[in-house]
Amino acid sequence: MANPKSKYSIFSLVRNALSYHEGWEAQWRSPDPKSAYDVVIIGGGGHGLATAYYLAKEHGITNVAVLEKGWLGGGNTGRNTTIVRSNYLWDESAAIYDHAVNLWENLSQELNYNVMFSPRGLLHLAHNVHDMQEIQRRGNSNFMNGIDAEMLTPGQCQQLVPFMNLGCRYPVMGGVLQRRGGTARHDAVAWGYARAADALGVDIIQKCEVTGFDIENGVVRGVQTTRGNIGAGKVGVVTAGHSGVTAEMAGFRLPIESFPLQAFVSEPMKPVIDVVVMSNTVHAYISQSDKGELVIGGSGDPYISYSQRGCFDQVEHVVGPVIELYPIFSRVRMMRQWGGITDVTIDRSPVITKTPVENMMFNVGWGTGGFKATPGSGHVFAASLAKGEMHDIAAPFAMDRFHTGALIDEAAAAAVAH
Amino acid sequence: MLTIKCPWCGDRDLTEFAAGGEGHIARPLEPATQSDAEWGDYIYTRKNTKGIHYERWMHAQGCRRWFNAVRDTVSDEFLAFYKTGEPAPKVEGDGS
Ligand SMILES: Cc1cc2nc3c(=O)[nH]c(=O)nc-3n(C[C@H](O)[C@H](O)[C@H](O)COP(=O)(O)OP(=O)(O)OC[C@H]3O[C@@H](n4cnc5c(N)ncnc54)[C@H](O)[C@@H]3O)c2cc1C
Ligand SMILES: [Zn+2]
Repeated sequence: MANPKSKYSIFSLVRNALSYHEGWEAQWRSPDPKSAYDVVIIGGGGHGLATAYYLAKEHGITNVAVLEKGWLGGGNTGRNTTIVRSNYLWDESAAIYDHAVNLWENLSQELNYNVMFSPRGLLHLAHNVHDMQEIQRRGNSNFMNGIDAEMLTPGQCQQLVPFMNLGCRYPVMGGVLQRRGGTARHDAVAWGYARAADALGVDIIQKCEVTGFDIENGVVRGVQTTRGNIGAGKVGVVTAGHSGVTAEMAGFRLPIESFPLQAFVSEPMKPVIDVVVMSNTVHAYISQSDKGELVIGGSGDPYISYSQRGCFDQVEHVVGPVIELYPIFSRVRMMRQWGGITDVTIDRSPVITKTPVENMMFNVGWGTGGFKATPGSGHVFAASLAKGEMHDIAAPFAMDRFHTGALIDEAAAAAVAH
Repeated sequence: MLTIKCPWCGDRDLTEFAAGGEGHIARPLEPATQSDAEWGDYIYTRKNTKGIHYERWMHAQGCRRWFNAVRDTVSDEFLAFYKTGEPAPKVEGDGS
C-alpha cells in the first residue's frame, strides 16, 4: 500500500516555518512486521534501502520489508568518509561504479531529498614512479570506459590545493583528477531512500535483528528475528560487516573478513580545501564537509574485529601523513573518531551473488569503498532479486569467482578502494 | 594500546606485531587431488568469527617468530597466547 508523502520544496519549507517546524510529517512509518513479505531485505544501510526502493519503483514489488537490527544508516553508511568516484581500473568495476555516479547525479531530484551530492572533483596523488605508472594505466583504462580522468602535473595539483607540501617525504610527482567525483551526505542517502521506499509501500522495520533463517530443502522460507518469525518469498542480505555472521546462519561461508576502518573529523573551520584528495601511497585522504570539518580517513585496521572503536595506533598512521602533506593542519584539533566494520574481500571488489540457498541473494563485501556505489548497487541488486537472475552489471561479482580465479582485482590495481 | 604476550619475549605493545589472520589452517596434503573449489576455499575463505577467534601473530619488530593467540573479536581482549605447534587451548565462551 502506497503512503504518499508531501513534496519537499521551498514552499513546504516556508509553510512549515510559519508553524515553527512543528508540523513536519514523519519521514517513514514504523510498522510492526507483517507475517510474510514477497521480499525481505536484511540490513537498513544505504545499499539495503536503495534495493528496496528500486524493487518498488522499477519492478512494482512493493510487499517488501527492510529489517535493520539497529537504526537506519547506523552501520557503515553513517560512518564513512563519503567519497564518490568511479575511476576504477577494471571494466567490471567501471561498469558498476559509473552506473552509480550516473544515478548520483540526479538522486536528489529522484528522491525529492537533498543528498548533497557534491561533484567537487577527486584527486589521487602519485608519490613515486610506480604510482605514476598506476595512475596513467588506470586513467587510460578510465578513458576507454568513458570515465573522465585528467593527468595533472605537481604544479596543477598545487593549484587545486595551494598549501599542499609537494616536497614532502614522498614528494608529489603528479595526480589524476576525476572531476565528476566528490562527496555526498551519508545519512541523507539512507533517509532519502527510506522515505521514498516507504512512500511506495515498503515496510521499514528498525530494531529488528535477524537471528536465523527458515530453510526447507535448500529453499529459504523466512527469517527468524528478535520481533518474531517473518515469512519471505525471497531474501536479500545486505549486512556489510556482519555478512560472515549472516552467511553462517544460512549455512555457508564467504570469502570475506571484517576489519575496522576508522574516520576522523576535525573542529569546523572556514572553507580551505574544495576537492577531495586521496593518496594511496602514504594512505590518507581528506575532504572538507559543508559544516567546515575536515573529514579524514586512512587504511583499515590490521586485524579482524567487530569492535567499532578501531585500533589505537592507527590514529598516528592516519594523522602523520596528513600533516606531512598539509603542514597547515598541524594545529587543527580532531573532534571525533570512530570505526566501522568493513567487509573486505581479497580483490577489494564486492560479492553480489546467488547463494547455495535458493531465493537468497547476498550483496556484500563492499569493504572500505561501497558508499559511492550505493545507488548503482541497489539498482542492479533489485533487478537481480526481481528476476531471480543476476543483472549483467552484477553478474561478474558472483562468489564463484573465488573458485574460478576470475578475480576483479582492484586490490592489485590501486591497493585502495575507499 | 593492546598488549600482546609473545611466547618468547613476553609482554610487548601491539605496534611490535603483525597480524597473520586465522590460525590452524593446514595446507592440503594432496595438492594434486584438490578441486578448484577446495583450493579457492583454502586460499580465500575464512571463519571471520564474531567472538572467540584463534589467530596467528608475528613478533615483527622483536624476535620475528610466529605464534598463535586467542582473541575475542568483539572486545579485542586477548585470552591466550601459545607457540606454533602447541594445541589450541580451550577458552571460556568458545562455542566451536
Ligand atoms: C570509516 C569508513 C570510511 C569509509 N569511507 C568510504 C568512502 O569514502 N567512500 C566509499 O565509497 N565508501 C567508504 N566506506 C565504505 C562504505 O561505508 C560501505 O561500503 C557502505 O556504506 C556499505 O553500505 P551497506 O548499506 O552495505 O552497509 P551498512 O551501512 O553497514 O548497512 C548494513 C546494515 O545491516 C545491519 N545488520 C547487520 N546484521 C544484521 C542482522 N542480523 N539483522 C538485521 N540487520 C543487520 C547493520 O546494523 C547495518 O545497519 C567507508 C567505511 C568506513 C567504515
Ligand atoms: Zn618475540
